Amino acid sequence: MKRILSALAIGAVAAAALSGCSAGSGSDKVIKVAYQKFGNFTQMDTQMKSVAKQFEAQNKGYTVKLVPIQASENDYYTKLSLMNKAASTAPDVLYEDTFLIKSDADAGYLAPLDSYVKDWSDWSKFPDNAKQAGEGENGKLYGISMGTDTRALWYNKDLLKKAGVEVPWQPKSWQDVLDAAKKVKAAEPGVTPINIYSGKGGGEQSTMQGFEMLLYGTHDTLYDSSSKKWIAGSKGFVDSLDVIKEIYQGGLGPSVQNALDPNFGNTVSGQLLPQGKLAIDLDGSWLPQNWIKSGAAPWSDWNKVMGEVAMPTQDGASPGTTSMSGGWTLALGSKSKNKDAAWDFIKLALNKKNSLKYDVSATQIAVRTDVASDPTYTDANPTNKFFSDLVKVTHFRPATSVYPKVSNNIQVAMESVMTGQATPKQAAKTYDDVLPDAVGGAKHVTTK
Amino acid sequence: MSSLTHPVTTGTRGRGGPSSPRPRRLGRTIGRSAPLIPSMVLVAVFLLGPVISSFYGSFTDMSLTGSAAAGAKFVGFDNYVQLFQNPDFLQSVWLTVLFLVGSAIIGQNVLGMGLAMLMRHGHAVVRAVVGTLVVTAWILPEIVAAFAAYAFFHDKGTLNELLALVGIHGPNWLYALPMIAVILANVWRGTAFSMLVYSAALTDVPDDVTESAEIDGAGGVKRLIYITLPMIRRSISTNLMLTTLQTLSVFTLIYVMTAGGPGTKSSTLPILAYQEAFKFSQLGLGTAIATILLVIGAIFSIVYIRALKPEVD
Repeated sequence: MKRILSALAIGAVAAAALSGCSAGSGSDKVIKVAYQKFGNFTQMDTQMKSVAKQFEAQNKGYTVKLVPIQASENDYYTKLSLMNKAASTAPDVLYEDTFLIKSDADAGYLAPLDSYVKDWSDWSKFPDNAKQAGEGENGKLYGISMGTDTRALWYNKDLLKKAGVEVPWQPKSWQDVLDAAKKVKAAEPGVTPINIYSGKGGGEQSTMQGFEMLLYGTHDTLYDSSSKKWIAGSKGFVDSLDVIKEIYQGGLGPSVQNALDPNFGNTVSGQLLPQGKLAIDLDGSWLPQNWIKSGAAPWSDWNKVMGEVAMPTQDGASPGTTSMSGGWTLALGSKSKNKDAAWDFIKLALNKKNSLKYDVSATQIAVRTDVASDPTYTDANPTNKFFSDLVKVTHFRPATSVYPKVSNNIQVAMESVMTGQATPKQAAKTYDDVLPDAVGGAKHVTTK
Repeated sequence: MSSLTHPVTTGTRGRGGPSSPRPRRLGRTIGRSAPLIPSMVLVAVFLLGPVISSFYGSFTDMSLTGSAAAGAKFVGFDNYVQLFQNPDFLQSVWLTVLFLVGSAIIGQNVLGMGLAMLMRHGHAVVRAVVGTLVVTAWILPEIVAAFAAYAFFHDKGTLNELLALVGIHGPNWLYALPMIAVILANVWRGTAFSMLVYSAALTDVPDDVTESAEIDGAGGVKRLIYITLPMIRRSISTNLMLTTLQTLSVFTLIYVMTAGGPGTKSSTLPILAYQEAFKFSQLGLGTAIATILLVIGAIFSIVYIRALKPEVD
């Protein structure tokens, strides 16, 4: 009996401690900031720590509680959503991917910012497309852009030279890219010829860096923004999956098992590229964030070894190259009890000085016009000009709240093709079959 | 509550005679069942509560993000219809049954029974060593066991290194034979439980019965089939039910080893439910899968109880 009593007592104390925790986090003077910290991506953590210090110095009595979420991209979204569901855990400030803003605004997780930016003099420094990136489906503003990005082919000049590919490399079509990969495969057995992210493990990186970089170079897209319908049965969809098949089933890419590892993105930027084990990589403009001095895998020679070239369209059709752009924002949690102070935090985090610091350390493409023209920014990274210029040919993901669901289905299609479970045609058909469910009914789908 | 107290009331009436007045009997009944109340409350809050909320959730379009996250709508049987039209779901049902039969019903039970029988006649030292080794797998936390199994079956893992020593080039288990790998891992992890249950049951088989059967000329196999197995029938039934329910809900082991892949080749129902609910944000669909899992568990439990009739003797 004594033991039972003591067990009960311990339980009661633990329960009290737990409830104490949740009550504490909702208290008046605490700003909770949630963001991702995973593998090589530590720049956001460094940045938020520095902003938190500035904020606490300027706002006496307030404490900033940083909540770095240690999770891969997919898991980060899940954990953030779960936190957002309950008022006691919902963060005041969130690091939010632009592609989730519409969906999370619909879910009621985010607070509109229109009334705040009205009185913010810096807002005029943000170009219109950056403003739109933070809008919800109802046209209200939900996120302030921290920076944007573009995507292109990174290649190892030495490896391509050794394989007999002319450097600087100028591929004009998908076939040129695959031919170069085949030359690498023939000449250098220990080297992975090409990486195009694919499958469920990589999450959104598979859809965006992988599939959409292909699809938006065909004559097709995912979504017809004029008729507001999703496209099923397009040839471009099957052709894009054909490339995935050729790369993974044809032995040109990484092993399927490695490619499906959620951590594979870190392996590519932190190991395979610096160690010269990967010749061509279809990836983001932010890669040097790993290699610069403050990065997770410093690599002083990176700019000598790595070259970058725009991703060609399928058959070289005009404009000849393609890219995709996304980016991340800071958003305000709708369940925040302290919205004004949370907004002050966002303002501080995205003022010129802090934006500049972050855009340099995380090798973002700056959105603030005053940062983009600042010599510190333009001189910081030799690839800035190349990737900023891709904005001319870039595409954005369909701006609707159901996009994340569509993205999941694309990853399922990619994975079934790369593992050989389905042919590109079969996988595309499965995608077409589930598309109406994902986008809210057959009336939102048009079949080509 | 009332259904539980009812038989007790009638029982006392039969035995107690007319002398005891009604209120006192009722008071006594309540008094007697009072100690049950805390556990009943716990069961209701922590078991029945989630079951009911999962059952309800499976009829809604509850979601982690998007407009359905702001307010879930009742969608009737939509989730279930969608599941039964989805070939991935049907494949998951099949993989779950395969995993269950392979690792729990055949693997853990038969191996556990075999070990228990062998150990009865084994030398004390052998018994201690084997017992310790087997139980070690069982006392490991699931996540540790899962990582150990991952390291063992990995392409460059222990198993393939051992095979290489004898000149065999082992396959990439987790990729080429994912179901075999997770089934073997679950057998390894769960056999100890069956072994312990059967060891205890076998000591309850009276020696004189076995001896007289031996004198009557029954050989080893016949003794097993006609004497030992029927006598430990109740333990078999209990053990089958426990291992089945435990195996149906195995998540960590498979998720760490293969994450349900490659593709969907080892995606059992718990993995699929997790994927739909937390990766693809469709909580309603995920809970529908969980509800179906619950039904499958219930069906197996009923079959065991009916087939082995533990209550009749």
